[in-house]
Amino acid sequence: MTVVDVEPVEPVAKRRRRRLGSVELLAALVVVGLLGRGVLLGLFDSPRAQTLVTVFVSVMVQALPFLVLGTVLSAAITAFVPTRFFERALPRQAVAAVPVAGLAGAVLPACECGSVPVAGALMRRGVAPAAAFAFLLASPAINPVVLVSTAVAFPGQPKMVLARFVASLLTASVMGWLWLRLGRPGWLRPVRVTDSHTERGWAAFWTSCRHDVVQAGGFLVIGAFAAATLSVTVPPRWLETVAANPVLSVLALAVLAVLLSICSEADAFVAASLSQFSLTARLAFLVVGPMVDLKLFAMQVGSFGSRFAVRFAPTTFVAAIGVAVAVGTVLL
Amino acid sequence: MRRDAQAVLLLLVGGTLLKISLAGTYVRYVKAGQLPLLLAAGVVLVAVAVVTLIAELRARSTVDDHAVDDHAADDHDHHHGESRVGWLLVVPALALLLFAPPAVGAFQANRNGTALSAQADTDYPPLPAGDPVTISLLDYAGRAVFDHGNSLAGRTVRLTGFIIPGAGGHPYLARMIVACCAADARPVKVGLTGEVPVGLKQEQWVQVTGTWLDQADHDAVNNELIPYVAVSSLEEIAAPDNQYES
Repeated sequence: MTVVDVEPVEPVAKRRRRRLGSVELLAALVVVGLLGRGVLLGLFDSPRAQTLVTVFVSVMVQALPFLVLGTVLSAAITAFVPTRFFERALPRQAVAAVPVAGLAGAVLPACECGSVPVAGALMRRGVAPAAAFAFLLASPAINPVVLVSTAVAFPGQPKMVLARFVASLLTASVMGWLWLRLGRPGWLRPVRVTDSHTERGWAAFWTSCRHDVVQAGGFLVIGAFAAATLSVTVPPRWLETVAANPVLSVLALAVLAVLLSICSEADAFVAASLSQFSLTARLAFLVVGPMVDLKLFAMQVGSFGSRFAVRFAPTTFVAAIGVAVAVGTVLL
Repeated sequence: MRRDAQAVLLLLVGGTLLKISLAGTYVRYVKAGQLPLLLAAGVVLVAVAVVTLIAELRARSTVDDHAVDDHAADDHDHHHGESRVGWLLVVPALALLLFAPPAVGAFQANRNGTALSAQADTDYPPLPAGDPVTISLLDYAGRAVFDHGNSLAGRTVRLTGFIIPGAGGHPYLARMIVACCAADARPVKVGLTGEVPVGLKQEQWVQVTGTWLDQADHDAVNNELIPYVAVSSLEEIAAPDNQYES
């Protein structure tokens, strides 16, 4: 490791400034990190702490490319796609637009980190929030990459793929319709005025990219750290004790999906290995995970505001469990 | 957060992604197949940072220094409390650059049940040629448990993994299986019996040669079967670059 990676700090830091700015702060942080490396290493000496750090950076390394993909896509929508495109593409009635937007989520081949910025961009481009939320929830669960990995994880059980698709799309639509009935625009953070009105084209593209990565990335860090902490502290043995109870097992796996915050492209493999649980309980794991989890919650707070997230996430959790149990009873 | 600060932050994050990709250490954190995505993301982040810095420099050279200093250089949104959260991105970047966290291993392998059930395939083709034949630990365990050892009988196999303490005084050979990133890593475990030296240290990487035998333990965590291999020779090795199987 060399200091090459942080070299670009210098030309900026050299500029004349009257007071300490954030760039100088960043440079100072890097220096402190370099000097205090030995002390910090000592803090993370135990296997548990080391595993925590590895799991934390792994979630970040895994999620960042998808966050960047989602951000670039959302920036392109913000900057280049005219509002009337979505007016034509989606049914005029919001009730009908909800499931259509959910189904359209299948075109974004990314896990949940990518769908948050895209849903934000859709709203900035005039798509009804209810439809944008249906897209947000459905996309990470029903895109082809995720469905294929589900099929691979459950060999010889195509009904699991079908059940995941149906239950996820249904939950997303239910949440969209619920928003139409009960949602209040005041819960959402106001749309950023500058981006959507004064800037267009490339300037808007770069601004939107930069802002979304920094903002959503910061919240992703919070979620990733929470998930890593829980993944090295919650004893897997606890799961054993509830696996036999049909009600508790569904709840336990739904909660586990929230806590572990596993990428939707990988969660099917984890679900498959939880073989002591019923298929319905594992379906609940697969439906809840891409819609409600710690890192997603943190990112929703970042993109849509905390007043929104504290209402939306728990409701989604309940809806996802309900739909998963219903679909599981019928299909599995 | 100021625009130039955001640019430097993105340069740091993008540079970190490029560094772990090019140095090859990314395989400790995500599946090897993610390399193109990591490289692309790194390049995009660096590009966003560079474009922002250039725009910023231009703005400064054309606009009066006074005006730039406080307001124009601020980001457009004035939720300062919210945009400050972006600083947290420094944490994973510095963790990766300064500490290069190791791959997950014995700690998770001991805590979690063997992940065999995920591979409950029914058809096992014959083993490839070779004596001994080198196969993955997951493949061995799958054939031993679900193929009841049929495709393993009469063959000598070579397996690679790390040591964790097992049941009944037998050490286990373990390997982490990763589907996406190290957060979803689950262990697969195989018991070692036969010519096993005493005093093997936990986490020591070894290569064993041996044959299948009809013996299995139940994993204390999830009650899944842990098959055994009768070891004829065991060699301590350095940890491989990619410690995961997938």
